[in-house]
Amino acid sequence: MRLSGEELEVLSILEENHRIPVQDIALMVNSSVEDVSAIIKKLEDEKIIVSYPALIDWSKVAGEENIVAMIDVKVTPKRGVGFDEVAERIYRFPEVTSLYLMSGAYDLSITIEGKTMSEIARFVSEKLSTIDNVISTTTHFMLKKYKHDGVIFGENNDRDRRMVVSP
Amino acid sequence: MMKEHQHYLSGMVKELKPSGIRKFFDLAASIKGVISLGVGEPDFITPWSIREAAILSLEEGYTSYTANPGLLELRQEISGYLNKRFGVQYNPVDQVIVTAGASQAIDLTFRAILNPGDEVLIIEPAFVSYAPLVTLAGGKPIPVSTHPSNGFKLTPEQIENAITTKTKAILLCSPNNPTGTYLNKEELTKIAGVVEKHDLLVISDEIYAELTYDDEYTSFASIEGMYDRTILINGFSKGFAMTGWRLGFLAAPQPFTEQMVKILQYTTMCAPHMLQHGAIEALRNTYHEVESMRRSYRRRRNYIVQSLNSIGLDCHTPGGAFYVFPSIKKTGMSSEQFAEELLLAEKVAVVPGSAFGESGEGYIRCSYATSMEQLQEAMQRIKRFMDSLESKENRVQELSTNN
Ligand SMILES: Cc1ncc(COP(=O)(O)O)c(C=O)c1O
Repeated sequence: MRLSGEELEVLSILEENHRIPVQDIALMVNSSVEDVSAIIKKLEDEKIIVSYPALIDWSKVAGEENIVAMIDVKVTPKRGVGFDEVAERIYRFPEVTSLYLMSGAYDLSITIEGKTMSEIARFVSEKLSTIDNVISTTTHFMLKKYKHDGVIFGENNDRDRRMVVSP
Repeated sequence: MMKEHQHYLSGMVKELKPSGIRKFFDLAASIKGVISLGVGEPDFITPWSIREAAILSLEEGYTSYTANPGLLELRQEISGYLNKRFGVQYNPVDQVIVTAGASQAIDLTFRAILNPGDEVLIIEPAFVSYAPLVTLAGGKPIPVSTHPSNGFKLTPEQIENAITTKTKAILLCSPNNPTGTYLNKEELTKIAGVVEKHDLLVISDEIYAELTYDDEYTSFASIEGMYDRTILINGFSKGFAMTGWRLGFLAAPQPFTEQMVKILQYTTMCAPHMLQHGAIEALRNTYHEVESMRRSYRRRRNYIVQSLNSIGLDCHTPGGAFYVFPSIKKTGMSSEQFAEELLLAEKVAVVPGSAFGESGEGYIRCSYATSMEQLQEAMQRIKRFMDSLESKENRVQELSTNN
């Protein structure tokens, strides 16, 4: 879908920070609150804006640290429905946080999150491997998140190193 | 026993006024938790690939002097950039000089062209360094005041009125610091008419050329007949977020640059070698990042102009740079008093307009090169400050009517 310049502008403002009030976005793009609200509604309806999640560094919250694993999966696609049906069976599991169809050495890339190592092990051995078309799985545990969705974790670049007043 | 230190100092230097910005900086720096709209530089950190190129340059051992006017490779990039972006042609070999910031380029220019007593027209409100640099080069800065009624745009009549037999040059800055005023091609062409008529030189400070929000940029050197009369000043500070690098450049007809290179040779030799490699990367590969910074400034400009106007601080919409220059006249305060009280009451730093010359009185400079979150907070605080002034005034009025 082609978007207007103004729609693109609103999108990139929201992508940076979706908590900016509509009133302020309207000022930023020189438009009215009604128009901006309509744009946002349209982008949501069209599922161009899919969701507004907060990006949280859970590793910093005591007791809430998650174990994240990325699993490479090889599957035999089903006749007629290809990979989609297998993918759907996998992404329905709530512990799966993302799922991509890949080219190359394996077919599906799954990210799953769990509280403990055994939770993840159980998911792989009991749920994932037992699906008919899954041929093999390779599980990689994530040790540390440096950057996610374009955001650098724990970076202190917000600090303003400038003097308070300068020419 | 030494005579009093004062006795040894240069009279000319003693007479230079300290910048009004400096004074305000000292006050603001002494207060904690200040939201600053007082900075004249980008809030972005230099794009990574530029930083990396400088790191690599150091790793590879580029620690020697370069040619006085800078690395030829960089001058070639600059020449190509000026041609591609602004349609002006300069020979990289003898018409382009890399300097330690646009500041040094301006200094070199005045030193190269001024004889004692020569007058230079400075369009005010103006960047704080211009007049002192003219004075230091032995010339005489002549302020030309512009007016808010037409968005602080310079008119040919204003130049005509200021011209004397001693006038040698006029310094143009578009987009302007502190007003953000941008002069389009038509307006520059009118100015060119007077320049031609009176046989003047133009020093065109184009440091904010990458930061215009509504129009394509027109370089003064590209105006018909002006190439031979123009010394074009530009640099990396603002558009590429490289203020601390101290890298700028100038481009001019060869008879000028020939003399400037001599001065450069005796004063600084050259701009820092390893940083020049960063500048090459900046011109080659970072246009999309410049563009995204520009878009971000534009949104913030729109936001701050409308917010200030709705708070009741009248503010024209500037076409470029990252400053707005709202009027504080209706508060009845001087710009210095306003800035000081705002700082003390609400911890928001803005620069008093008077720091930029007489015609800046009655205004404050607010820089929007700061995050949206900070801007939103600053606007709330300024509103609260204005409301408090109003209620104070109402009380005074009540008191006087009751009496
Ligand atoms: C109009 C103008 N010219 C020149 C400069 C100096 O730039 P540089 O950092 O390249 O010396 C500034 C910096 O604030 C400026 O506002």
